[in-house]
Amino acid sequence: MKNSEEIFELLKKEFGEMILGLDKDTPVDPIISIDPMQVHKIGAFLRDNEDLKFDSLMVLSGVDDANGTKTKDEDGTDVISGGTLSVYYHLHSTIQKHKITIKVSTSRENPEVESVYNVWRTSDWHEREAFDMFGIIFKNHPDLRRILMPYDWEAGFPLRKDYKNPEFYQGMKVPY
Amino acid sequence: MGLLDKEFSDGNIVIARAEDLMNWARLSSIWQLGFGLACCAIEMMATSASHYDFDRFGVIPRNTPRQADAIIISGTVTLKMATRIKRLYEQMPDPKYIISMGSCANCGGPYWEHGYHVLKGIDRVIPVDVYVPGCPPRPEALLEGLLKLQDKIRHESMRKKTA
Repeated sequence: MKNSEEIFELLKKEFGEMILGLDKDTPVDPIISIDPMQVHKIGAFLRDNEDLKFDSLMVLSGVDDANGTKTKDEDGTDVISGGTLSVYYHLHSTIQKHKITIKVSTSRENPEVESVYNVWRTSDWHEREAFDMFGIIFKNHPDLRRILMPYDWEAGFPLRKDYKNPEFYQGMKVPY
Repeated sequence: MGLLDKEFSDGNIVIARAEDLMNWARLSSIWQLGFGLACCAIEMMATSASHYDFDRFGVIPRNTPRQADAIIISGTVTLKMATRIKRLYEQMPDPKYIISMGSCANCGGPYWEHGYHVLKGIDRVIPVDVYVPGCPPRPEALLEGLLKLQDKIRHESMRKKTA
């Protein structure tokens, strides 16, 4: 069992610059921020290292940080430009009995994160959901298409803070 | 209707209007499409089970829309599901009936404002005969809805479908 600082130091020693920071001031597991383009390599290390053994990806979730500049468009709804979208990986080691949260942030305009499909197979549908809801592109995912919304949904990504629902979908009125 | 209270000593002759006889037969064997969507479907299954026993009204689930008389929209209809429900409805032979069960199928229910994925009422896609309110409705409420549908069928004309 390792605490978050020990895990952070281990990662820092192995990956240096790619490990961005440790946030311990959280109500749940501490969060380690890393480089979105290296998450598959760091993930493989987290899974295989004898002292870490993070064999279980409990959940992968997307977040719209909504920290860009907000402007109103002509009908008064928010449009956000700039800022970041984030992905959180909640890891658990069933062997070492410790937990950690990994966070990557990527730009809102071109949200690309490496897929961890080859590290934790659980991430397959989780990444598809994050893509479906936030439009985050997981590079090298084998089958990145919508999972919940209809395949022909063209109105965008529903859980983004500046999402606007369409008036019609396939001839059906959508608003109440 | 008085079809069954005639004594057989009458010479086994029962006089009734053909229309009444047809309607009585139809309303006594409403076969529903075996189709459930959300928590309302659990109540619908409870209604089918022994305690409430849908079968005593002649309601049994069929596994294909081609053999079904009625479809109970039991739950939240997402936009994705709405296109499939429309196709199921179109595959059912006439005369066909629709019971909209619960707030979600009636009007979107709790998803009416922020449910980006929910159709705000199944009647935007297919014509509804009976609306059953509730979230979810108790089996008694669904039975009441079925009795209302039977009432509707009872007064139908053979010449023209009114429901």
